[in-house]
Amino acid sequence: MSYISLSDKDKKEMLARIGVAKVDDLFCCIPEAVRLKRPLDLPAAQSEIELVRTIEAIGRKNAGVGLLSFLGGGAYEHFIPTVVDYLSSRGEFVSPYTPYQPEVSQGTLQIMFEFQTLICQLTGLDIANASLYDGSTGTAEAVLMAQRVTGRNKVVIARSLHPQYREVVRTYIKNLGVDAVEVGYGPDGRIDRDALGRLLDDAAAAVVYQSPNFFGVIEDIQALSEAAHARKALSVAVVAEAVSLGLLEAPGKLGADIVTGEAQSLGIPVSFGGPYLGFMACKKEFLRQMPGRITGQTVDKDGRRGFVLTLSTREQHIRRERATSNICTNQALCALRATIFMETLGKQGLRELAWQNARKAAYAADRLGAVPGVKKRLTGPVFNEFAIELARPWPAVDAALEARGIVGGFGLGAAYPELGNAVLVAVTELRTKGEIDRLALALQEVLS
Amino acid sequence: MIKEIREPLIFEISEAGKRAAELPPLDVPERKGLLAGVPLRSELEGFPEVSETEITRHFTRLSQKNYCVDLGLYPLGSCTMKYNPKVNERLSAHPAFAGSHPLAPVELIQGNLEVLKTLEGFLCEIAGMDAFTLQPVAGAHGELTGMMLIRAALEARGDARKHVLIPDSAHGTNPSSAHICGYTVKEIKSNENGTIDLASLEQAMDGEVAALMVTNPNTLGVFESDICRIAEIIHAKGGFVYMDGANMNALTGIVRPGDMGVDVMHINLHKTFSTPHGGGGPGSGPVGVKKELIPFLPVPIIVEKAGRYALDFNRPRSIGRVRAYFGNFSVIVRALCYILTLGPKGIREIAEFAVLNANYVRKSLEGEFHLKYATPSMHECVFSDKFQKEFGVTNLDIAKRLIDFGMHPPTMSFPLIVHGALMIEPTETESRRDLDMFIDAMKTIAKEAKENPEILHAAPHVTYVSRLDEVAAAKFPVLRWEKKA
Repeated sequence: MSYISLSDKDKKEMLARIGVAKVDDLFCCIPEAVRLKRPLDLPAAQSEIELVRTIEAIGRKNAGVGLLSFLGGGAYEHFIPTVVDYLSSRGEFVSPYTPYQPEVSQGTLQIMFEFQTLICQLTGLDIANASLYDGSTGTAEAVLMAQRVTGRNKVVIARSLHPQYREVVRTYIKNLGVDAVEVGYGPDGRIDRDALGRLLDDAAAAVVYQSPNFFGVIEDIQALSEAAHARKALSVAVVAEAVSLGLLEAPGKLGADIVTGEAQSLGIPVSFGGPYLGFMACKKEFLRQMPGRITGQTVDKDGRRGFVLTLSTREQHIRRERATSNICTNQALCALRATIFMETLGKQGLRELAWQNARKAAYAADRLGAVPGVKKRLTGPVFNEFAIELARPWPAVDAALEARGIVGGFGLGAAYPELGNAVLVAVTELRTKGEIDRLALALQEVLS
Repeated sequence: MIKEIREPLIFEISEAGKRAAELPPLDVPERKGLLAGVPLRSELEGFPEVSETEITRHFTRLSQKNYCVDLGLYPLGSCTMKYNPKVNERLSAHPAFAGSHPLAPVELIQGNLEVLKTLEGFLCEIAGMDAFTLQPVAGAHGELTGMMLIRAALEARGDARKHVLIPDSAHGTNPSSAHICGYTVKEIKSNENGTIDLASLEQAMDGEVAALMVTNPNTLGVFESDICRIAEIIHAKGGFVYMDGANMNALTGIVRPGDMGVDVMHINLHKTFSTPHGGGGPGSGPVGVKKELIPFLPVPIIVEKAGRYALDFNRPRSIGRVRAYFGNFSVIVRALCYILTLGPKGIREIAEFAVLNANYVRKSLEGEFHLKYATPSMHECVFSDKFQKEFGVTNLDIAKRLIDFGMHPPTMSFPLIVHGALMIEPTETESRRDLDMFIDAMKTIAKEAKENPEILHAAPHVTYVSRLDEVAAAKFPVLRWEKKA
């Protein structure tokens, strides 16, 4: 099967108009010596019927599908209203590119403007961009932005920030003369404020922390921001579970200067890690240093309201090597999904959704905590995820739970050796009381 | 008729008490004093309250204010706006993939790892490279990853070097990506054919240069015929050749970058491999490398033993992760579906018909529009507004007038070496009928430019909004809706 729309007759006539005998002649400028002289070694073409069989057969090898899952750690299974899939599948949204021609892109542009507004409302900050790749690269971009804003070259990064986000930040800053120092956490799972005090100095561009952090624990954003500001450093809050913002006070209202993170929770399937949706909001004085596309409101020549991509002098296609970031394409379709999701849930719905997460997680923490051999590990307040410690090694418990059709959580020991047998358990609104009880019973069996 | 409906912002139609989603009642007992002492919101201030009907109308109406590939020709040069096969949408959204968690243990994600490993292998074969990483999620992200790999390899040899050479015809992301990797950029001038000037290149290349970033075919749609000699010049002084694969659509099955001296490259799955552009993402920018650079690839690497897949994190020389998890996985599934559908012959036909269509457009418009470089075109052709400028008409006017004819305009913002550029990339999936409609429209516009330039200055005439004031948007930024005081 091919997607070519020309007949043999078309092809012949077109070659005649061009004035060449055969298609091969059009490739005359490619040196003969390097041309591929054999067919590519790829499987034979498949019809749609065969393709569906092939791909579904590969899909069946994902043994995890259909199991009862309590995995989180930056990727969350949430309710996705049917309108999100339905509306976002429209060809008018799926098949255009970046709205370079605003007169024929008002749909995408108005939606980006609504997205930016919603992100500002969620984060409590003045301005937001139209998306970034994901939470991990968003965090790296925030670090580079803090360096540009402050002219300082050191960042203090919380150990309780998603381990993969920290790895990405390290990869990005390695060649740019930025030093990252790590600040640990206390027994409550929150940032160790004494250690932070020692690490924060006048060379620090920012304190970068996640809340709720990787252990699900809600940080004291106000105190962290005050500590940063006392040294004229920026307070950079990372949010990996965007649903939490339906309930928790907006980080911007608590002193955060930049809020970045992952909005996968807002209408995007877990989909093995991508595509996801990075977002970034900041105070308006940092506007010129913000990376990524931004949509602005304007008028057309007849005085009607319209929207355009704006402030592109920050961007690579104008400023080339002096741009704020090399980002060109962002995640527009994911931002569209999140916009439909947020507007569908609305003012009441998103709040209720967030409360159900918190209440179910609290029930699960209490229920699992009562199982012999299970201990709550970090004592700080949590949103929809929490760490427990097991009396037996996690890999064996994990396997035994899987045999009972349950993925019980994410073992923390590999990324945090100091937490030994701790496991991160996420409970969203999709988990029922019956399912939580099932996990508790299974753990009881496995640990006894 | 529908165009006449002015669709307000959702915030402007919101009314207290409406809703479009309900949750089941809470089924767990409530813990008393939950989150006591944690600062909570009193409400989601400003969030809209609307019904599901209103949501559906809002987004359906907004969708109709977009132009898209499903509607017609979208000849945006260097963006490869080809048709997006629908079965790939369905399969990438299959619950076996969409419901699969990135932190699940490897024994539960064998299918996903097979998808990744299989596509890596296909891309190696198509590009002639030794290994691919699928972690980068956009072309620019791939460029950055590629430059980091080069830097790591040079550091391992003892010297990271200082500069990166980039031709003046390059896409803007190239210099920016090199800069973020800690390199200064040296521009290489093009010659009268629009290709890299070998004498300038030889002069610029020395032991301080880490790499050349070359797009081939370049942004003029011209193949760098001296590519092998170019690679020799770079390699002789210990540098690497990076190829921006944005224009790979001209080469599939015809020639492989790995066979012409390229050491590192990225491929845009959302261009060459038909995954949708989504109004500006998500994309995917896998990076291919030659053997020497394999030790530096991002972690984890997928390894296969006797049909079982595992993740290898123990890669001490790796540059580290460039993104959390495994890249834009569902985009990767679509690209895999595309290659399986096309097979070896179909993959070669991509390039054959892309180049045929571009040359057909070029031949049909030669004489009507100025062609700065007479060098043969590959998958795109770059005209300019030089002839029309005589009548005070610019490429912007031409672009906006094309919209009236029901087509998307070409790229205008680059290449920087062609003033008033009209960079046209029809892609292989266009029909003769659509190509001819475009050619006729362009010819009519060329005529109008002479006879009635006013109609061009005032274009577009038939859109939801007329020409927008972009200067005012940047000068007085309004970047969000706010409740009227």
